Amino acid sequence: MATDVKSKKDVEEKKEPGWKDLPIGGLIEKPGTSEAYKTGDWRTQRPVWDSEKCINCLICWIYCPDSAVIVEDGKVKGIDLDHCKGCGICAQECPPKCKAYTMVNESEFRGK
Amino acid sequence: MATKERIALTGNEATAMAMKQINPDVCAAYPITPATEIMQIFATYVADGLVNTELVTVESEHSAMSATIGACCAGARSMTATSSQGLAYMFEMLYIAAGLRLPIVMPMVNRALSAPINIHCDHGDSMGTRDAGWIQINAENVQESYDNLIMAMRIAEHPEVQLPAMVTFDGFIISHAMEPVDVISDAEVQEFIGEYKPRFSLLDIDNPITVGAIDFNDYYFEHRRAIAEPMINGVLKVAEEVSDEFAKKFGRKYGIFQEYRMDDAEVAIVVLGSAAGTAKYVIDELRQKGIKAGMIKIRLFRPFPYKQLAEALKDVKAVAVLDRSDALAGMGGPVFGEVRSALYDLPVRPITTNYVYGLGGRDITLDHIRGVYGDLLSIANEDKVPANLVTYLGVRE
Repeated sequence: MATDVKSKKDVEEKKEPGWKDLPIGGLIEKPGTSEAYKTGDWRTQRPVWDSEKCINCLICWIYCPDSAVIVEDGKVKGIDLDHCKGCGICAQECPPKCKAYTMVNESEFRGK
Repeated sequence: MATKERIALTGNEATAMAMKQINPDVCAAYPITPATEIMQIFATYVADGLVNTELVTVESEHSAMSATIGACCAGARSMTATSSQGLAYMFEMLYIAAGLRLPIVMPMVNRALSAPINIHCDHGDSMGTRDAGWIQINAENVQESYDNLIMAMRIAEHPEVQLPAMVTFDGFIISHAMEPVDVISDAEVQEFIGEYKPRFSLLDIDNPITVGAIDFNDYYFEHRRAIAEPMINGVLKVAEEVSDEFAKKFGRKYGIFQEYRMDDAEVAIVVLGSAAGTAKYVIDELRQKGIKAGMIKIRLFRPFPYKQLAEALKDVKAVAVLDRSDALAGMGGPVFGEVRSALYDLPVRPITTNYVYGLGGRDITLDHIRGVYGDLLSIANEDKVPANLVTYLGVRE
């Protein structure tokens, strides 16, 4: 998944809703909207996943507190960086024999 | 004309009776020490089956407001009542009720805050919550307290408002004093307030919603701006409309503030609460002597009627603002700050002074008010701002 580093220009161009457009009282009128709310932008370290080393034991998927490990047909496909906070639990819990995750400083990805 | 029954009631009894006639779906209350008889009397109505209300007896005033908020979110017409320390204990939840735009209506008996411990009247409790986003309506006597509660339902629940309302009246002076009250029939109260149509209900499982979600720097500001809108534009207009309709139906006209003998007034007092009655007596006396004295009784303190008040005071030479609480800001009471701000944009401003009075139930007498008008007349004659803008009226030196 592509990195989503918001610049000030990006935010302005997106035209977020103004105060008159919002439901009164801060009500959220439909369920499941937390998925649309990108919470991954305060991450300081990013898990980099190596598909060659992964044995698809799915321990990372079980442990991830943000459900940010993307799994399709019983196989790990990558990390949802819109919601991953970079806690490092996936790297910690990945079996020592595999070490499919490396935590890399987010600054390494700036501007890329 | 409406059917009329005149009976003797205390402020607490009249308020409990209005609540009975409103017949809310849910009331939550806790009998903390300064709580008034209001909820106690109302609880007897519940026990006797005279209302359909679900009475929730909680473990604190903080919980009372929390439960009221919860009930309102479930779509219920919800009320509670409190006073003094009880209101202070609700402080956190008051902001949440306003932020969620819940039209909760709450009678609030004005009593002093500790320390020192005191149970008697002053306005320090409700003034402490003046920025919480609640409408605040004050009353001069038992009749007005009763009428205000019924009108507050309409104002708070109005689609353009959707804000909680605090209906305040003076502890003991109104809450425990018995006065003749013209009571409206149950049916007419119900007809006036109408059926409650909640904006949403957490119990509506077909339309799941989230209430009270987190808002960071990306949305919090927009939501707070939205809360300000009815305070800027909606409430005063709606309050005038509701007051006019109330006057048409029941014969008592109030408005957003009351002007008493202001037509040609040269000196005026601005006051809220029961002291307005004392001031009226003195004004009548002064008028007999040919002195052009008047008064403005503030009814809506939140939102504050800045423009309307400036218009009403523009031709007056000197104004005394009476505050039954001290803002401890180094510059008198909270009403003084608002009135001075309201008058600032006038091309020719009246000279404005402040009297902090009546803290902890200290009586304000006719002589005190006569003295204030005496001061105003000499200020008006000399046309000079006095060195001492703030006076603590009736305190021992």
